[in-house]
Amino acid sequence: MASNTDFLLALEGVAVSFDGFRAVDGLNLYVDYGELRVIIGPNGAGKTTVLDLICGRTRTSEGSIKFKNQEITAWKEQEIVRRGIGRKFQTPTIYEDLTVFENLELSVPRGRDVFGALMWKRTPEVIEQVREVAKMIFLRDQLERPAETLSHGQKQWLEIGMLLIQDPELLMLDEPVAGMSVAERAKTAALLKEIIKNRSVIVIEHDMQFVESIAHRVTVMHQGKVLAEGDMQTVQNNPKVKEVYLGH
Amino acid sequence: MSAVPSFRLDNRRLELIGFALIALVILVLLPSVLDIFRLNLFGKYLTYAFVAIGLVLCWGHTGILSLGQGLFFGLGGYAMAAFLKLEASSVANTKIQSTPGIPDFMDWNQITALPFFWVPLKSLPFALFAVIAVPTLLSFILGAALFKRRVGGVYFAIITQALAAVMTILIVGQQGYTGGINGITDLRTLLGWDIRTDSAKYVLYFVCCLLLLGTMFTARFVLASKLGRILVAVRDKEDRVRSSGYDVANYKIFIFCLASAMAGIGGAMFTLQVGFMSPSFVGIVPSIELVIFCAVGGRQSIVGAVAGTLLVNWAKTLFSEAFPELWLFAMGGLFIAVVVAFPRGLAGIMTDQILPRLGSWTTLGRSAEPRPAPTPAE
Repeated sequence: MASNTDFLLALEGVAVSFDGFRAVDGLNLYVDYGELRVIIGPNGAGKTTVLDLICGRTRTSEGSIKFKNQEITAWKEQEIVRRGIGRKFQTPTIYEDLTVFENLELSVPRGRDVFGALMWKRTPEVIEQVREVAKMIFLRDQLERPAETLSHGQKQWLEIGMLLIQDPELLMLDEPVAGMSVAERAKTAALLKEIIKNRSVIVIEHDMQFVESIAHRVTVMHQGKVLAEGDMQTVQNNPKVKEVYLGH
Repeated sequence: MSAVPSFRLDNRRLELIGFALIALVILVLLPSVLDIFRLNLFGKYLTYAFVAIGLVLCWGHTGILSLGQGLFFGLGGYAMAAFLKLEASSVANTKIQSTPGIPDFMDWNQITALPFFWVPLKSLPFALFAVIAVPTLLSFILGAALFKRRVGGVYFAIITQALAAVMTILIVGQQGYTGGINGITDLRTLLGWDIRTDSAKYVLYFVCCLLLLGTMFTARFVLASKLGRILVAVRDKEDRVRSSGYDVANYKIFIFCLASAMAGIGGAMFTLQVGFMSPSFVGIVPSIELVIFCAVGGRQSIVGAVAGTLLVNWAKTLFSEAFPELWLFAMGGLFIAVVVAFPRGLAGIMTDQILPRLGSWTTLGRSAEPRPAPTPAE
């Protein structure tokens, strides 16, 4: 049985296998309150699977995942979200047929049951909340646009905005700058620095320059296990890390 | 800047105009130009439109394709037919039977007492309740069993289709309890009011129209609410909806139940206007026809679904009077044409092609800027 800790999120001895392949294998990971953690590692290291496990999309085979000292491994995805864990998918996952405003409105964490949704009123507070977030994600003037017409980078921001409006305590971002232009990357880095002020964030990223610009602590994963952990400098100088990942 | 996007407001205004046009056609135009025989036929077509509206909700907006809506249409129709049959089977009317007071088909099948599930259907309030409750309950059980397990898409379509087939076999096989292949026939009165007269047919036609308009406004209300946008979101990105803290299965169950309840009302109006109910309106072929009506009209448009249902059925009647054996081929061809060439149906042609051309000289066209066609549902 896993111990209680002071961490916001604690993964201990977590494992999952798909048809005998152990995608995550005895993983320990602790994330502190207010921490920004970056997970790096080669393709197939199990990074995205770890996020899937935390948010309940994939069930763990072994081990314990605790959020604020509560075991969450048996919870349903929507329950985990409601307790304060938000997740951004690798490819921009937004509602293409709805407008930017509607995308953000649906993410406001109220009226989530069927009847609440049927009787939902678009109150001034909701509109204000949506505008506030839209401003943060550089989409203030795009609220009426159908989301399918946004650029790739804007879609990524919109999804981040949809998470922000949920105001999660732990935000998990899977490759938030993938496919972005240099200018968009810089803006996203600034955005992330703004976001992490009030919450913990886990970021999966391949772009090392981007990682250097934001990271507090870096976890390197390889073959479903933690290979190294520490600040950017330590990790970069670790010979094992150089061999499996950075050396390429 | 208003919070509601202008194109949505315009679309809603456009939809209201569509509602008004439909009301005008079914309440004023058709009754004034058609004799009662033809009007009664259109009344029958309108009962299919209840199902088509339900399909707009669950297929067009949520992406759940049910190929078994005939099942729910039939359950509503049978509940109504059972009540009418019991009223027609009074002891006085059935005194030549070996067991007077039960429906004739039961007597023919050596059944000597009314089966327990027929007993409550002697009451009109219960029968009306059953018209909505039975289809809703069955779709709730089906939805809870499948959607909670994340069965969807093609699998869901196949399962609903299989259920429609099972229901037909059950009805045909248990003819002592259900009337079998002939269905429940020889329905006469509703609380003593003869439903076979021309005046009754007029009244029932208008009741059907009003219920249909009520159903259209219900669907419009649901689609305009946040729930309606969640349904579209579920169709687009189910994972994201779940990751925003919604229980996706509950939304699917809700909309599927609502669609089935609508189908049940349609079935009951069918029985009242046509005067009988039979398994030929329950199985796979009628269920697929219902999907075609919806697809031709436009599966995302309430107005389109109603108009499509009327047009296809009208064409079916004209065509099958002239070339009875060719109709099924024409129907198949029509469906292929819709899927390949205009996936948003007649409503899509209207808003994407016709209205923008009118746009230069009316204010209506402004709202109808073409939007990329969505990918066809699986």
